[in-house]
Amino acid sequence: MARRYDSQTTTFSPEGRLYQVEYAMEAINLAGSTIGILADDAVILAGEKKTTSKLLDQGKQHEKLFKIDDNMFCAVAGITSDANVLINKLRVSAARHAYTYGESMPVEQLTTSICDVKQGYTQFGGLRPFGVSFLIAGYDESHGFQLYHTDPSGNFSGWKAYAIGINNNTAQQIMRQDWKEGMKLQEALELTAKVLTKTMDTANPNAEKLEFGIVEKTESGKVRFRMLSDAEVNKLMADAAPKEGETEAEK
Amino acid sequence: MDSVFALVGDGYAIVAADASAARSILVFKHDEDKIMELDSHKLLVGAGVPADCAHFNEYIQRNLTLYELNNDIKLSTHGSANYIRGELATALRKGPYQSNLLLAGYDAQDGVSLYHMDYMASLSKVNFGAHGYAANFILSVFDRDWKKGMNLQEGLEVVRRCIHELRTRFLISQPVFILKVVDAAGTRVVTL
Repeated sequence: MARRYDSQTTTFSPEGRLYQVEYAMEAINLAGSTIGILADDAVILAGEKKTTSKLLDQGKQHEKLFKIDDNMFCAVAGITSDANVLINKLRVSAARHAYTYGESMPVEQLTTSICDVKQGYTQFGGLRPFGVSFLIAGYDESHGFQLYHTDPSGNFSGWKAYAIGINNNTAQQIMRQDWKEGMKLQEALELTAKVLTKTMDTANPNAEKLEFGIVEKTESGKVRFRMLSDAEVNKLMADAAPKEGETEAEK
Repeated sequence: MDSVFALVGDGYAIVAADASAARSILVFKHDEDKIMELDSHKLLVGAGVPADCAHFNEYIQRNLTLYELNNDIKLSTHGSANYIRGELATALRKGPYQSNLLLAGYDAQDGVSLYHMDYMASLSKVNFGAHGYAANFILSVFDRDWKKGMNLQEGLEVVRRCIHELRTRFLISQPVFILKVVDAAGTRVVTL
C-alpha cells in the first residue's frame, strides 16, 4: 500500500532515530572531498570533482562550487540534482532579501532559511530528504567572514575549518592540528591544498579535478567572490605535493 | 495638516512633529506623539491621513522587532528604509497608505542617516526634509540655514527658526511641537 512507503521517510524508529535522514548523510560520505577554511581576511572552499573525463563537454556546468550572491558562495557534497534545486532556492532567497532591504543577505540568515527547507522534508510531506550537505561561505557586515556546514537533517553549525565527503575524517584531523587563529588568505590556501593532497582520490591532483573559490575583500573594501584560475590551482597543488614527495623520500 | 520635519547634524539627527490631533475645525489634543521609535536607534514620523500614519508606523515597528528577534541583529537604517519603501510600494496599487514619512537612524558603521519617503513610495536619502503644508515654509528655512556638520545646539537653533516661521506664516495654529534626537546613544526627547 502507498501508506507504508509514505510513512517511512518522516517517522521515527522505535529507538527515536530518523533512518532516512541518516541514510542521506551516509550518501554524502561518498561524495568528492570538499574543504572549507576560514581565514582572517577571506573564506576558502575547495572541492574535488568526481566527474572528470576527456569526453565531458563542460560548458557552464559546475559540480562543486556555486555563487549565491556577490558576498556568498557554497560547496556541494551529495546528489547533484538535489543540490541544483536547493541552490536555486538559495539564490532566490538571497536575491529576495537584497530586493526587500537593498543590502546583501547576512550569511547566517541564508543558511537558516535553506536549513528550514531541508528540515521540512524530514517532517512532513512524505518525501525523501535532500541528499545534500553544503559548506556555505560568505561575508557580511555584522559577523565578517563566516563558514557554515548544513546537512540533510536541516542542522547547521559555524566552523573555522570543516570537511565533508570522502576522507573527511583525515581532513578534519589535519585541520585540527594545522588551523591557526589569524591565518591570512595565502596561508589558508596552502593549508587547503595540503589537506586536499591527503584526501583526494587521485595520485595527481590538478586543476582539472578541482574547484577552488574564495570570498575576500578587495583593496577598495568591496566584497568579492572569485574562482581561482587553473594556473593558480595547479601552482597551489604543485607546491603542496613536493613536500609529500620529500617526506616520503626521507623515509 | 501635520507639520513634520527633520535634519541631520554632526553625529545626530533631529526629528520634529507638531503635537496636534485635529479634524476639521476641532482640535482633540495637543500632546499627540507622532514620532515612533522603531528600535533603540531609529525614529519614524509620518504626515498624512492620521489613521494610515498611525497604523503603518506600528506595522513597521512590529515587523522590525520581529526581524530583530528572528535574526539576532538589528536591521540597518538603509535596510529599514528600503523595507519600508517596499511595503508602501506593494500597497500602492492595492490600498495605498496615505502617509508621508521621514526615517532617521544611527548605525555604528555608517553614522546618522535620514530618509525621505512619500505616500507613492519614493525614497531618497537626504540631509533635511519636511512633509505637509509646513514643507512650503520649512524647506526655505533649511535651504538658507542648514550647514553640514552642525553641532546639536546649532541644529536646534535651525529647528527653532523653522517653528518660528510656521508660527508667523502658517495659517493653522500648532502651539506644541515634539522634538526627538537620535545619535550613538539612542533616541531621546529634547526641548528647545
